[in-house]
Amino acid sequence: MTATTASAEPTRRDFLYIATATAGAAALAASVWPLVSQMNPDQSTIAAGAPIEVDLTPVAEGQVIKVFWRGKPIFIDHRTPKEIKEARDVDWHTLPDPQSDEARVKEGHDQWLILIGICTHLGCIPLAHQGDYDGWFCPCHGSQYDTAGRIRRGPAPANLALPPYAFLSDTKIRIG
Amino acid sequence: MNENAIYRPEQHAIYQPKNRSLKWLEVRLPILSLAHSSFVAYPTPRNLNYWWAFGAILSFLLGAQIVTGVVLAMHYTPHVDHAFNSVEHIMRDVNWGWLLRYAHAVGASMFFLAAYVHMFRGLYYGSYKDPREVLWILGVIILLLMIMTGFMGYVLPWGQMSFWAATVITNLFSAIPVFGESIVTWLWGGYSVGNPTLNRFYSLHYLLPFVILGVVVLHVWALHVSGQNNPAGVEPRSKQETVPFTPHATIKDLFLTVVFCILYAWFVFYLPNYLGHPDNNIPANPSVTPTHIVPEWYYLPFYAILRAVPNKLLGVLFLMASIVILAFVPWLDTSKVRSASYRPLYRQFFWVFAAVCVGLGWLGSKPAEGNYVLAARVLTAWYFIHFLIILPLLGLVERPKPLPASISEATLRKAPGAAVASGAAAPER
Ligand code: HEM
Ligand code: FES
Repeated sequence: MTATTASAEPTRRDFLYIATATAGAAALAASVWPLVSQMNPDQSTIAAGAPIEVDLTPVAEGQVIKVFWRGKPIFIDHRTPKEIKEARDVDWHTLPDPQSDEARVKEGHDQWLILIGICTHLGCIPLAHQGDYDGWFCPCHGSQYDTAGRIRRGPAPANLALPPYAFLSDTKIRIG
Repeated sequence: MNENAIYRPEQHAIYQPKNRSLKWLEVRLPILSLAHSSFVAYPTPRNLNYWWAFGAILSFLLGAQIVTGVVLAMHYTPHVDHAFNSVEHIMRDVNWGWLLRYAHAVGASMFFLAAYVHMFRGLYYGSYKDPREVLWILGVIILLLMIMTGFMGYVLPWGQMSFWAATVITNLFSAIPVFGESIVTWLWGGYSVGNPTLNRFYSLHYLLPFVILGVVVLHVWALHVSGQNNPAGVEPRSKQETVPFTPHATIKDLFLTVVFCILYAWFVFYLPNYLGHPDNNIPANPSVTPTHIVPEWYYLPFYAILRAVPNKLLGVLFLMASIVILAFVPWLDTSKVRSASYRPLYRQFFWVFAAVCVGLGWLGSKPAEGNYVLAARVLTAWYFIHFLIILPLLGLVERPKPLPASISEATLRKAPGAAVASGAAAPER
């Protein structure tokens, strides 16, 4: 049975098959990658997504303004003391996406709530000062957010997202 | 099933061209004999009813969509700053532009209408059963491609509904754990729906109908291998139980296509905007969501299923499952009897299911609140119960009516007084 034993050993030909298949697979992956990657944001889109600065002085108390960053609406909410109190009075541990109000604003700037104004359900823009929680109401499938932008009811799975931002001074922020 | 007993297309005489140049062609590319055996000599069961004409109607509509679409593309500009205006330009300036655009927009609705009738026909007569499973699955693939094509086409005019439909539908992918956000960015080519999104949708909307065409060729090929089902659900046993495709099916298909075109033309000329949404006449505005987002009517049942589920990821999964489950029907249905005419229980459940689909469609157009949501949940549950519980169970508990021994017997049985032919095998009605 020498023949059988010999063919059970890997031969030079087996090695060539495997090497060829591996090289072929690598070449295929390398040529598919540009086809897939071209769909990601291009350089001009990325450049246009650079940080923006927003002056907060004109935003009156109780007012929400919308600015655009990376094509996304950003809500800048100058909250009233009543709204802040409402946001802090609830037991946040019991909320669908538990987060304290303090964790959603910058310390010392409690009145400024900066949010990405995109419903975390399927991307509609919620309407300010509406719904049962005095915060936002999404007209698309009825999600309701409170005065800290936290999801309280409806199909949205998460709180309104917070964009990366920093206070440059008391009246100026940089988003991005 | 007994392969030998069935009358098969290839048993037909092969076409021999008489003309010399055609003979020359035939030897080099036998395309004429292929066409002849597929659309002239091809034997169709002699008892087909008008529900079998919808395949032809669909083929016609696919052609109509491609022709009107290619022409519209000559005048359309795929750019966020120009798309809306270029569509207005088509409506106002281009010669016959209004007709071409309405024919294409209404054509999409007609395409879905015909496809749904075609599919319910398949469900009623058990056309998905052995040996037509692959034929059926190709149909489901066509449906998926149609849904994608229709959606991307709807985005092109770049009105408010276009923009927000694109936003909501692409965001479905954000429900995917971990990779969701990256996938959505990749689909958009940006950080929100924008110009790159519009451009790629245009490219794909142009491409996909030709992919559909390719799958339709496979679909018809599979059909011609297994032969058509028929209202009796028993296979033809002899040449006498079939008639040649031409002229019998050709004329019948043509007639119903013309009747269908009356409906199509009625919408194009009298109600061109009835099936659309007025908000799509407002240019896309990324900072304002319309108060009511509703998809086109043909997506409403699926939309109702999405909204019925209170959890985002599960909602998306149910939505996908509601379409994909169709591909498994050949195995979920455990009954060997094809036609609902011989399945007294299935026939009732079929109509309940049809009503559930219509009901879901209606609920999809209503706001997602109160009793509407409750009703949508009940109907969504039934949609899945029908496939996952009723279909498997019915095959086990139902007592089908005795099957006719042949198509001839099935047709004779209907004619009163003519039912004596096959003696003991003939069950009383
Ligand atoms: C672009 C869309 C479609 C086109 C152009 C098309 C075309 C056709 C044609 C020409 C026939 C033969 C005539 C007839 O029996 O009606 C046929 C049969 C059939 N189609 Fe389609 N079809 C399409 C979509 C679908 C879909 C979405 C399904 C279901 C999921 C489907 C399932 C079937 C089945 C099961 C048959 C065999 C019918 C039988 O003989 O009983 N088709 N199709
Ligand atoms: S997108 Fe806001 S509730 Fe669905």
